[in-house]
Amino acid sequence: MTTLVPEVHRLTGHDVARARRERRRRRALVTGVLGVLVVVVYATSLMVGQTFYGPGEVWAVLRGETVPGASFTVGELRLPRASMAVLTGAAFGLAGVTFQTMLRNPLASPDVIGISSGASAAAVVALVVLELSSTATSVVAILAALATALMIYALAFKDGVVGSRLILIGIGVAAMLDSVVAYVIVRAAQWDLQVAMRWLTGSLNNATWDQVAPLAIAVVVAAPVLLSQARALELLQHGDDSAASLGVPVERTRLLCICTAVVLIAFATAASGPIAFVAFLAGPIAARVVGPGGSLMVPAALVGALLVLTADLAGQFAFDARYPVGVITGVLGAPYLVYLLVRTHRSGGSL
Amino acid sequence: MTDTHSLEVRGVTLGYADRTVVEDLDLALAPGRITCIVGANACGKSTVLRSMARLLKPRGGQVVLDGHDLHALPTKQVARTLGLLPQSPVAPEGIVVADLVARGRHPHQGALARWTREDDEAVAEALELTGTAEIAERSVDELSGGQRQRVWIAMVLAQQTDLLLLDEPTTFLDVAHQVEVLDLLTDLNRARGTTIAMVLHDLNLAARYADRLVALRAGRLHAAGDPADVLTADVVREVFGMESQVVPDPVSGRPIVLPIGRHHVRPTAVSGTAAGVSAASAAGS
Amino acid sequence: MTTLSVDRASTPTATSRRSASARASWVMGGLVLLVLAGVASVAFGVRSVGLDEIVGGVLGSTDTIGEAAVAKRVPRTVLAMLVGAALAVSGAVMQGVTRNPLADPGILGVTTGAALFVVAGIAFFGLASPTSYIWVAIAGAALAASFVYAVGSLGRGGATPLKLALAGAASSAAFTSLISAILLPRIDVMDSFRFWQIGGVGGAQTEKTLQVLPFLAVGALLSLATARGLNSLALGDDLARGLGEHVGRTRLLAAVGAVTLAGAATAVAGPIGFVGLAVPHLCRLLVGVDHRWLLPFSAVLGAALLTTADVVGRLVARPAEVDVGIVTALLGAPVFIAIVRRQKVRAL
Repeated sequence: MTTLVPEVHRLTGHDVARARRERRRRRALVTGVLGVLVVVVYATSLMVGQTFYGPGEVWAVLRGETVPGASFTVGELRLPRASMAVLTGAAFGLAGVTFQTMLRNPLASPDVIGISSGASAAAVVALVVLELSSTATSVVAILAALATALMIYALAFKDGVVGSRLILIGIGVAAMLDSVVAYVIVRAAQWDLQVAMRWLTGSLNNATWDQVAPLAIAVVVAAPVLLSQARALELLQHGDDSAASLGVPVERTRLLCICTAVVLIAFATAASGPIAFVAFLAGPIAARVVGPGGSLMVPAALVGALLVLTADLAGQFAFDARYPVGVITGVLGAPYLVYLLVRTHRSGGSL
Repeated sequence: MTDTHSLEVRGVTLGYADRTVVEDLDLALAPGRITCIVGANACGKSTVLRSMARLLKPRGGQVVLDGHDLHALPTKQVARTLGLLPQSPVAPEGIVVADLVARGRHPHQGALARWTREDDEAVAEALELTGTAEIAERSVDELSGGQRQRVWIAMVLAQQTDLLLLDEPTTFLDVAHQVEVLDLLTDLNRARGTTIAMVLHDLNLAARYADRLVALRAGRLHAAGDPADVLTADVVREVFGMESQVVPDPVSGRPIVLPIGRHHVRPTAVSGTAAGVSAASAAGS
Repeated sequence: MTTLSVDRASTPTATSRRSASARASWVMGGLVLLVLAGVASVAFGVRSVGLDEIVGGVLGSTDTIGEAAVAKRVPRTVLAMLVGAALAVSGAVMQGVTRNPLADPGILGVTTGAALFVVAGIAFFGLASPTSYIWVAIAGAALAASFVYAVGSLGRGGATPLKLALAGAASSAAFTSLISAILLPRIDVMDSFRFWQIGGVGGAQTEKTLQVLPFLAVGALLSLATARGLNSLALGDDLARGLGEHVGRTRLLAAVGAVTLAGAATAVAGPIGFVGLAVPHLCRLLVGVDHRWLLPFSAVLGAALLTTADVVGRLVARPAEVDVGIVTALLGAPVFIAIVRRQKVRAL
């Protein structure tokens, strides 16, 4: 062991505390900036559109006054849409980062392992084959997502659940369910393209308050649950054994987190369809921006909200055609994977 | 000085999915001393250690900590008393050494995770003891194997437990680092009275550093006691299926196992086995 | 001095003990199955036909509606057989090249990549001839395979089965989104694409089949030529080199063969998944891991299975048809899950 010369400064508790506080400050700062950005883009999406409404008018509508023209456009169209964007983005971001942390793999996103596919499959069957109402369809979608998650968990259970097996079985289940979705959509050739798109890639068109409300409740209930497990999740990253020896109730934590994350995904998918890649990207982007060593929950939720808000704005106004939000976020997936490749190549090996 | 705790397994049967690895085993750790567990591959040494670390629930028998069933105690209390360094710990990408070591304080922090003076002092001490203070701000990914292992040990040290279980802490380390780690653990034991149990695959290091040596064979206890008593040519043959000569090593006086293979064996070594040992020990001690 | 008796672990598979005659009989069985499947494919379908109509239709006469229906089934059957064989061999080769039991052109995103390139070709370059689709599909398949392999190799441990599957799934999702992005403003292309996307041999025509034949032949030849090399590769790169194998060259040739087969099959029948995964595993159980037997047997069994899946698709939802890609997904995914459950976790 290194023998220290007495004159050399020995590391004290003070030094450790100071370094830690500095790191925490930096993380808090970045998270704050993210929050501000979300507010800014939210406000922008309320103002921008076919008709531009200035901040004053928007503020008036928000306060409950009746402003001719703006009350409808901002109050009934843009406000629910933007709110849904924030809520689904936060929900997908939180669920995504939870899964990625728990399964210790940045590629293990809930939309890749079949849960959103379950919701979509049930939804298209409910809409096309059973011709249920849209509220009933949402309920069906939520139940289906939960059932799918349960089925995947049960199939992966063999003397305990191992992450890799869960992921692979999820991929298999996703393939099955995706084929069901494709079949139903194609068979219903007279189907409204809009609705089909929504269930295939996610769209915020025709967002209404009664779609936003259940999602808002779900987020308000589920988010604190996940946040309370943040520390345990951090420790789970070290491997089940290390985490258990540090006093984390591993199976219980995992079960709680999976259930909560699935609930978030289910409600979000029921509201807007499976917005591609938000759950996948939010966590890694947050990690890059905020840095390692702390909980990624809040940053991931903010990044998710930001992604969906910005993508929806871009989808509506940036191009000649109107694209649903899921297509925009989906297109980001490929460049992100390329970016991962390039960055790793440069840094010489480790992810 | 820490309170000495007693940890033992009584009549324990352990296994995974379809196979039983350990059957009806009794094993007690010597409180305040260093116990090393050795045995051939797949004899159950890691399994026993994991059951003592509360990672594996026994199918039969009990794991007892201070007279209480280990599985009946509250998780955090166990985590404050018992620390484990598993075989291949995983570090999240990009984490800094000081943060990783700080994670070891989790069992001592309540639900609100407030950082107290005590926590910071523990982390600082752990970094100092393992000689990782200079690399405290570096990313764990960039470290060498030896440095990384020291950082993991620092994390377990920060947990400040009275009992420390280590599963093959010296694998992947070169011999200098192996000795460094074992010396560090010995310091800990001498200075604080920490009870240490390790699974080691290197017989000779185990013999040198153990106060108590335990040899397992096919899931059962084969021999336990003082290294000089346990490590004999007969035991080595029975546990490892290998012929050997056991002599006291001139550096520490502890037994050292000299394997006898099919080549490079002098005729005198084989024929006068028993005589050779007594002659050597008479000369060496 | 005691001589140590080394406990030799019992040979895991019966490969060495499998005699050539046992394997030959399995292949014979496969061929019989193939013939039966072919007959069933011609005889059964959405429209029920009588025996004389079957005979007449096969021989080429189209006097009655029944005979015409049968006549249409012939090229469909041929295509199903070719595509099934191609995908099965492609999957077997991919599993050998990546040493990954979960490799399959669908799972690794290769078929989706091929689809993306076809769509891009149609939308941006106005490609129209099936031959150009095939070339473009093969290029897309090759690029997708390289991309997925590169992404799957990131991080510690290299390209483990788990990471490859994840990389494939993520890339597939990305490619699908790109396809949607390209197609959304082009309603004209979208409809025909949606049908093609499911994966079906319903629109088979003899001309199209003839055009894809040379590509399939090249892919098959390349794959078969590397069969011995794949046997060595299975031992690990270092060991293979020590045995005198040109590891890089073998891998490249095999990959080109696999990608050509997958690309060509996708160009003509759309992305069909799980055939490349399930068939080689089944064949390994029966014939062993020697690729010189495995590849041909996979071709035979793949052809038989896909043809059967097509027949099932035609019968199960009369008068509508369930496209064969859906059937293979619904039947193949449980097989995939069963394989995953059987694997030791460390191997994943």
